[in-house]
Amino acid sequence: MIPPGATAIVGAAESTEIGKVPDMSSVGLAIDAAANAMQDAGITAADIDGFTCGYFPVADMSRQLGIFPSWADNTVVGGCSWMFQLRNAIAAIHAGYCNTVLIVYGESGRSTRRLGQSGDAGQKGGTGQQFDMFYSGGQAAATFTLPVLRYQHEYGLSDEELAVGAVSQREWAVDVPRATLREPTSVEEVLDSPMVAWPIRRAMCCLVSDAGGAIIVTSADRARDYPKPPVYVLGTGGALEAGVMSPAGVREPLRPEFIRTSGEAAFSAAGVSHSDIDHLMIYDAFIHTPIFGLEGLGFVDYGEAGHFIAEGHTAPGGKLPMNTSGGGLSYAHTGAYGMLCMLESIRQVRGEAANQVADVDIALCHGWGGYWSACSTLIFGTDAP
Amino acid sequence: MPHPLVPVPTPETQPFWDGCNEGVLRINRCRACGDAYFPPSPICPECSSTNVEFFDASGEATLYSYTIQQKPLALWGSDSPRSVALIKLAEGPMLTSSVINCEQTPEALQLDMPLQATFTSFDDLTVLCFEPAEGNS
Repeated sequence: MIPPGATAIVGAAESTEIGKVPDMSSVGLAIDAAANAMQDAGITAADIDGFTCGYFPVADMSRQLGIFPSWADNTVVGGCSWMFQLRNAIAAIHAGYCNTVLIVYGESGRSTRRLGQSGDAGQKGGTGQQFDMFYSGGQAAATFTLPVLRYQHEYGLSDEELAVGAVSQREWAVDVPRATLREPTSVEEVLDSPMVAWPIRRAMCCLVSDAGGAIIVTSADRARDYPKPPVYVLGTGGALEAGVMSPAGVREPLRPEFIRTSGEAAFSAAGVSHSDIDHLMIYDAFIHTPIFGLEGLGFVDYGEAGHFIAEGHTAPGGKLPMNTSGGGLSYAHTGAYGMLCMLESIRQVRGEAANQVADVDIALCHGWGGYWSACSTLIFGTDAP
Repeated sequence: MPHPLVPVPTPETQPFWDGCNEGVLRINRCRACGDAYFPPSPICPECSSTNVEFFDASGEATLYSYTIQQKPLALWGSDSPRSVALIKLAEGPMLTSSVINCEQTPEALQLDMPLQATFTSFDDLTVLCFEPAEGNS
């Protein structure tokens, strides 16, 4: 097992602009974010000997950046690919394969999205193309959301209660200058927004944005020489479940085992418990994914998370601050939001978030990929134990 | 070039698609452990045996959960709202499909309602769908 705090994030940045960036390609956004992360860390490409990206040919992207890595990874499991890559990177650093890894992401999700360029984690050569995509036309809002009605039915969660999640996240976004949607909203407004795939309304769906992001991770002993306070990686987890793009491949649809597997691995590696978590990010591609995350990670029991959110516990002033950037619903969502999700956790641990939560010593970030195909859990902290 | 969302069978999945053309729901079963599974694959996901076969399933199923998509794929030939559903087969496997031949409304689509496999064709393509079981429409 990799000791908690053996590695740390020493550089982290988004692309200079996010949201609507029509004059940059996915590659351009990634390079911009990589440059910003290197500047944040006070280093250049010459200081990097490990590299991962994801949606781009890894050697092509590293060459463009002038990085000649001795270790590389290109794991693609959808939206949380860069979280998986971080997990792989810390293992590589711990194994001695490399010292300092740059993890790069960029996606022109809004301006130049086309089929196959993004969100194709379950598609090429996958069973989703034959047995899933035809029914929904590949529309995530109609398939990723399939468990919602069953959840509402089993646990008595009303549409009004479900809608609170979108309202809470907008409450966070109001104070975030880079967030796309910053006007306060209401349960009524969420339920009055256009129906996309009953019971899912548009305000329950993530944004479609352009953005890039990059992080730099190195060993704890090196991390102390960097300009920003290290964000230690305390524990990580990851797991796969539904192969096809829809939730049909989840063995227990309301209790997806892969979430529990990933969360338990991260908590165990970090040696912390739920009550130690000061700040939480759960990738919100749609309004229901934080519900499943809260339950699968064990913050509440199965069947309780919908009501937990409806009671305001994750909103500003609540006992478990969650998705404080506004999340995929209000901040930005490119198609693969895992990098942006991580970056808000890192900002919170550094103490430089727009909505800075007081005294964040330990933060947990959980992301998804390919609907319920993959998930990853990361626990960050201000100190190495 | 076909639409990217039109299913392209592989040799390993062809028997399922042949079944669709014959009006039969043909899925896999493991000869070693008896597990019925979907989607088609040459290995049993339960016990890893490759001693597997295709068989004609009953077509009986229930409605586990669903959404009603407001703007369906143009290939469906209609822009009326239509269901995308998680279907629980009587033999056990869950799959994604659509419930057809009934109103596409929350009132007509009740969770756990009994369904029956049916097939619908678009030019050369025949796909698996489900409809309310007889006596339940």
